Amino acid sequence: MQISEYTAVELSKAIKEKKVTVKEAVEACLAVIKEKEPTLNAFVTVDEEGALKEADEIQKKIDSGELTGPLAGVPVAIKDNMCTEGLLTTCSSKILYNFVPTFSSEAVLNLKKAGAIIIGKTNMDEFAMGSTCETSYYGPTKNPRNPEHVPGGSSGGSAAAVAAGEVPYSLGSDTGGSIRQPASYCGVVGMKPTYGRVSRYGLVAYGSSLDQIGPLCMDVTDCATIMEAICSHDIKDSTSVERDDNDFTSALVDDVKGMKIGIPKDYFGDGLNSEVKEAIMKAVDVLKSKGAIVEEFDLSLVEYAIPTYYTIAAAEASSNLERFDGIKYGYRTEEYNGLHNMYKKSRSEGFGPEVKRRIMLGSFVLSSGYYDAYYLKALKVKALIKKAFDEAFSKYDIIVAPAAPTTAPMIGKSLSDPIAMYLSDIYTISANLAGIPGMSIPCGTDSKGLPIGLQLLGDCFNEHKLIRAAYAYECETGVYTKQHMLNGKDGE
Amino acid sequence: MGKNYETVIGLEVHVELATKTKIFCGCSTAFGGAPNTHTCPVCTGMPGSLPVLNKQVLEYAVAVGLATNCDITQYCKFDRKNYFYPDNPQNYQISQLYLPICRNGYVEIETENGTKDIGIHEIHMEEDAGKLIHDEWDDCSYVDYNRSGVPLIEIVSEPDMRSADEVIAYLEKLKMIVQYLGASDCKLQEGSMRADVNLSIREVGAKEFGTRTEMKNLNSFKAIRRAIEGETERQIDIIESGEKVIQETRRWDDNEGESYAMRSKEDAQDYRYFPDPDLVPISLSDEFLDEIKSRQPEFRNEKMARYMEEYKLPEYDVNIITESKKMADIFENTVAIGADPKKVSNYLMGETMRILKEKEMDPQDISFKPEALAKLIKLQESKAINGKVAKDVFEVLFFEDIDPEKYVEEKGLKTVNDEGALRKVVEEVIKNNPQSVEDYHNGKEKAIGFLVGQTMKAMQGKADPASVNAMLKEFL
Amino acid sequence: MANVISDETIEYVGILAKLELSSSEKEEAKSDMGRMLDYIDKLGELNTDGIEPMSHVFPVKNVWREDVVTNGDDRDNIISNAPGEKDGMFEVPKTFE
Repeated sequence: MQISEYTAVELSKAIKEKKVTVKEAVEACLAVIKEKEPTLNAFVTVDEEGALKEADEIQKKIDSGELTGPLAGVPVAIKDNMCTEGLLTTCSSKILYNFVPTFSSEAVLNLKKAGAIIIGKTNMDEFAMGSTCETSYYGPTKNPRNPEHVPGGSSGGSAAAVAAGEVPYSLGSDTGGSIRQPASYCGVVGMKPTYGRVSRYGLVAYGSSLDQIGPLCMDVTDCATIMEAICSHDIKDSTSVERDDNDFTSALVDDVKGMKIGIPKDYFGDGLNSEVKEAIMKAVDVLKSKGAIVEEFDLSLVEYAIPTYYTIAAAEASSNLERFDGIKYGYRTEEYNGLHNMYKKSRSEGFGPEVKRRIMLGSFVLSSGYYDAYYLKALKVKALIKKAFDEAFSKYDIIVAPAAPTTAPMIGKSLSDPIAMYLSDIYTISANLAGIPGMSIPCGTDSKGLPIGLQLLGDCFNEHKLIRAAYAYECETGVYTKQHMLNGKDGE
Repeated sequence: MGKNYETVIGLEVHVELATKTKIFCGCSTAFGGAPNTHTCPVCTGMPGSLPVLNKQVLEYAVAVGLATNCDITQYCKFDRKNYFYPDNPQNYQISQLYLPICRNGYVEIETENGTKDIGIHEIHMEEDAGKLIHDEWDDCSYVDYNRSGVPLIEIVSEPDMRSADEVIAYLEKLKMIVQYLGASDCKLQEGSMRADVNLSIREVGAKEFGTRTEMKNLNSFKAIRRAIEGETERQIDIIESGEKVIQETRRWDDNEGESYAMRSKEDAQDYRYFPDPDLVPISLSDEFLDEIKSRQPEFRNEKMARYMEEYKLPEYDVNIITESKKMADIFENTVAIGADPKKVSNYLMGETMRILKEKEMDPQDISFKPEALAKLIKLQESKAINGKVAKDVFEVLFFEDIDPEKYVEEKGLKTVNDEGALRKVVEEVIKNNPQSVEDYHNGKEKAIGFLVGQTMKAMQGKADPASVNAMLKEFL
Repeated sequence: MANVISDETIEYVGILAKLELSSSEKEEAKSDMGRMLDYIDKLGELNTDGIEPMSHVFPVKNVWREDVVTNGDDRDNIISNAPGEKDGMFEVPKTFE
């Protein structure tokens, strides 16, 4: 077996058993990166030197018994909106083209404690605003399954890097589906934890009340293992929640007997691609055959989720992105006439069109006279959406649905119609509004060979149930990502 | 001028709280650091940084609210106030708009026209901005974020004041309350207390308010008084000439004695407030409030009553020494180590007030130790030094950290208690001043004063005047 | 399009957001924003009377820290990314005439 075919947990085991050295693991990743980056562009920054240096350090700690965990010595890629001390962090924006953070985000620190080696920073939609990874200032990322298609977004680089075998796992962030949707498009496992599970400290904010960091990886075991490493209570993040149930690997049990699964009828109507629908129903049948109790129900309010989301996310983003002003860090325009002209030119030249579009919308909905009609209204609808989920979870253990209405679209087809692009997030967005955990696991491909993602949603802090169901499904159907790699079906 | 006008004034007072750290990060609030040495990712708006509330800020804000008769908002939140300016590193200020911590309070002020309640609309918590440094010869300004994130409370009054006197009385009252709570030192000159004046004019008897302006950059009581007078005149002139006052923010230039509009095209004054998603709501239990209530200090009125009762001090004394918490603290601490209350009070009312006035200092600036004053009083009581020397020594200990006993010893200021030596000098003085002696014998009691003075002079001040007096009488 | 965004509105929002759009960007922004607002107006269909606006999903509250200094002098790091710097301060265009 080639090193790049190992899952994270398998790789760390091989390292512990001295079948592979940490350096070999890093070099194997770098080799795949060298080979595939010219096509994929999944990375903004590859830290070859740093990763090789770190490899020696980590090897010593493993040999001395200081590091024993299941991620020790395993390379990881980090979405470029998480601060990494001493390593360029651009958010795929021109405005942060030269920004080198002086501290690392808490999730990254947690991984480092577990012995992870940061191999680089992955490409994304600029400031996580986009669903295709095409809004990056550093060029679009391509889908490893078929480079004519997008990898999804905004964590497209993180999903593509794992799907291509460039790295065993990565971190992404999910504000409206930005982990689950690209996981679905690229055929990898991705999880958005409950809001508050993972510290947001060091994550460059897009929509602060919606953003959550999570893993993208090859299988469910890795997902549970990475979750155990990154979840923690952080006193630096006031919205971080203290929990004593971060033992996610305990949920890796192949048993869904009696588990109550709700299928929201509203997610299967017009707009859902028939091949996707078929694959999801087949996956549901697998769970049913293993003893789950499946029932259809009306979730309601689905069509209100997107306008609610765009109002709240744009409003928060307009404020969060005010700090990029050409004074403390990042891009400052060359020539300007006075302070306000400097602000305007730096920001207008530094931000891309999608970011500007959302900042304008967000500033408008918060402006005098419109706050109640738009922003406050959206917060009220958010309360209604949360209530609808509360009711659903009083009846069901988990909800199963598609992660996206279609498989990955062609590159260049989405940006011209923003609302159509926003609709690709229709099944993922509600989870962010309600703060609940969601997961996407591969469940087949369409006729073009593009992956389809099965989305599992649970009540707040019920990640265990999602992992259990996903694991049971995977036990029955095999690890898609791995099979795919072993069969060498990557489309080039 | 035919019509009678009335000035309507409301105040927005910013008070910098005396916490050790900033409101949302663990950086020191200490003054005097080199630029940006008290900063971190949070208070410089680095991407990815997040705020965490300093509990002490909340406690001070609640304490001030309780002391100003406010309702405490037991469920409150922080909001973001969005505006671009370089001293504001996130380009939004974390403040409170929708649910401020305190509302609906009042304080009672005293002016020549009697007492009056001034309503407090609200008190909210917020963060201070950094400092902009300008160099006249440079085409740039420079930003220092050491003050960025220092906690403030903004106390917003109702438009209840009608004159500069009322404004000053209100500010003095707020200052005293906040100082008594130890929540701030409230120094206008240093900016730890800042007042923005909202002022409008209307005809006496009118029900409606006129259009108001907001005046900023008022750094002293004098400036506030001048600005109020200046703005009142300006607005009356506008109205008299048939024009309309424009609602705007104006900057007071105390050197010019004039104010200027601060308007700009780029300044839309639309702050797009919304609840800060990075901070969670605050929900205060009754127990939390009770706990703060139980810790409220003794305020001035209670102190005055107690001082009169416990120390038998006259009302006049008590009035002066309780005017500032600092003075009252010195009084109590000095008495606590055994000094006579009336004598301590005399030093505070007399010498201390004189020096403060002469040097234009604030009671907050007093730095001498109660031990030093107590020792000085002991020296005087034991007649080791006389009153004149004691005053001189006090002036030294007011500014320098000295031990009065050692100082008196080292400088040789002790009263000479050697009767033989004194007798010699007295004999000499009587011999050299026959005229005064004769006057005294002729019934001019006053003449002895001159002789005492001459003796003290010869003794270089180091004698006990009472002993000198007694001895002179004996000789004569 | 029910929401027609005027030039003045785009200009005004540009001042708030500190964005300067080219004339073609302005036209695009006007139509984008109008369409988005039409879309958002859909929320008006829902009766939300008596519903408390939900800014935080969980009832997490009272998160605070003690008043203890934890940060030292980190100036060199803080200033390290500044486009303009002098004597440990951030350089900005003159703010005061």
